[in-house]
Amino acid sequence: MNLQSEPVWLLVSLVAVIAFAALNAAYLVWVERKGAGHIQRRIGPKEVGPFGLLQPLADGAKLMSKQLLVPKGVDPVLFKVAPILVLVPAIMSFVTIPFSETLVGRDINLGLLMIFAFASVNVLGILIGGWGSRNKYAVISAVRAVSQNIAYEVPMLVIVLSIVMVSHTLNLNEIVRQQAGFFWHWNIFRLDLSLLMPVSFLVFFVCMLAETNRAPFDMAEAESELIAGAFTEYSGMGFGVFFMGEYANIVIGCALAVILFLGGWQCPFGVASGWWWFLIKLYALIWSVVWIRWTYPRTQFYGLLNLSWKILIPIAFVNLILTSAQMKLDNLF
Amino acid sequence: MIPLTLADVIYWFNALFTAEGLAGVVFLCMMATVVAGAVFAVTSARLIRSVTGLALCFIGVAGIYYFLNSPFVALMEILIYVGAVCITISFAIMLAEPRQEDQGGRKNAMLWPMSAGAAVLLFWGLTMLAGKAQWPAIPTRINNGSLEDVGISLLTTYSMVFELISLVLLVAIIGSIVLARAGRSKT
Repeated sequence: MNLQSEPVWLLVSLVAVIAFAALNAAYLVWVERKGAGHIQRRIGPKEVGPFGLLQPLADGAKLMSKQLLVPKGVDPVLFKVAPILVLVPAIMSFVTIPFSETLVGRDINLGLLMIFAFASVNVLGILIGGWGSRNKYAVISAVRAVSQNIAYEVPMLVIVLSIVMVSHTLNLNEIVRQQAGFFWHWNIFRLDLSLLMPVSFLVFFVCMLAETNRAPFDMAEAESELIAGAFTEYSGMGFGVFFMGEYANIVIGCALAVILFLGGWQCPFGVASGWWWFLIKLYALIWSVVWIRWTYPRTQFYGLLNLSWKILIPIAFVNLILTSAQMKLDNLF
Repeated sequence: MIPLTLADVIYWFNALFTAEGLAGVVFLCMMATVVAGAVFAVTSARLIRSVTGLALCFIGVAGIYYFLNSPFVALMEILIYVGAVCITISFAIMLAEPRQEDQGGRKNAMLWPMSAGAAVLLFWGLTMLAGKAQWPAIPTRINNGSLEDVGISLLTTYSMVFELISLVLLVAIIGSIVLARAGRSKT
């Protein structure tokens, strides 16, 4: 069977992407719990399997064996649609991510745009889930999630716009290809393209944390105030699917940061580039996301919005203007 | 009733599994998504459900754009209409609609006859339009519809339109800031 033929590759990449998303969701929970444990001077999960490695399987079995409750007062249609709306766009976005030069589900020219298009659907899922639950905590959480997402989508898109301007393409594989060679060719160190490159990486990373509802920006799911936010009424695998969607979004956000700023599948020393480098960078970044979550306390909601509207958006626009000015100057001389 | 022989069935089955046949199936799926979303949006009593239907409708429209070989417009449709417009609408609903249950509105005795009349008139008008109108020829493909072509024509052929749209957006932004500041000084 020819693996490169169109329908076969479509099916293979679809199955592989779903498996990758599910596996990541399962084992990132383990990483999260183990990391939290060690940061808080505990051991973390240790009973199931060596180092608690089989814990995700036990969790999955538990979630699947639970009854899927649909409480009496909820909007039954929206309540059931919401988890799907969170997970499916995330899986769609995986299709365009280049793990290596050839290992990519679909190498389309508009890859970056596609990821942002489907990422914007994610918040609709949280919104519908929260509103459909008819629970005051869930509704507050839905309102917070939406205003947070609107606030952080703006600086993120403006930062990405400046990257697109310097690389002249929306094709993710092409963006990675332009960063070939030693690590100072990575976009984050390309001060000759834009003076504020490291700053824009920082802004992108902060926006990514906020868009994926991670601490210190997890206002939508603030346990101490809102129980479990939009997911309060969900039980069993309904909750599990939301969780998978959340971790899939973290993986996509980190993958995007790696592709746009850290050279994707390029080796830092210009030899033996491949998917292993992509995965090393990806998991290092994901680990830093976990690390940040267990290090910093949750911000206040007005602090969150102020950070975006008063600090990140001006920085993003200054960066955009500076980058275009620098491009113009390069053309003049 | 059309007499259906086995040969007919086999013919249609074979026709289905050609490139055109499968493309037709995909197209019909997109149309079904659009129509289902639109019907859901119009018939549901709760506004938030209507927004969900609208989002479904937009996704179907994006699918049709993709089917017509314009992936850029399709993705923009999802990014702007599903990701921004629908979310803004639902945000407005959340701020403005505290009560969920009583959405009936006043029942009017003339409602049914009037809406039936309007539907018949609309149907008649559309039928006349479809039958009598002088349809322009199918436009030839101008370019690939790729990002480069869209960008170039936006900044050359349609630069005036492009500038005017940005002016409209600027006016909208300034207007919303003016409204928001007025609200702040009142309280």
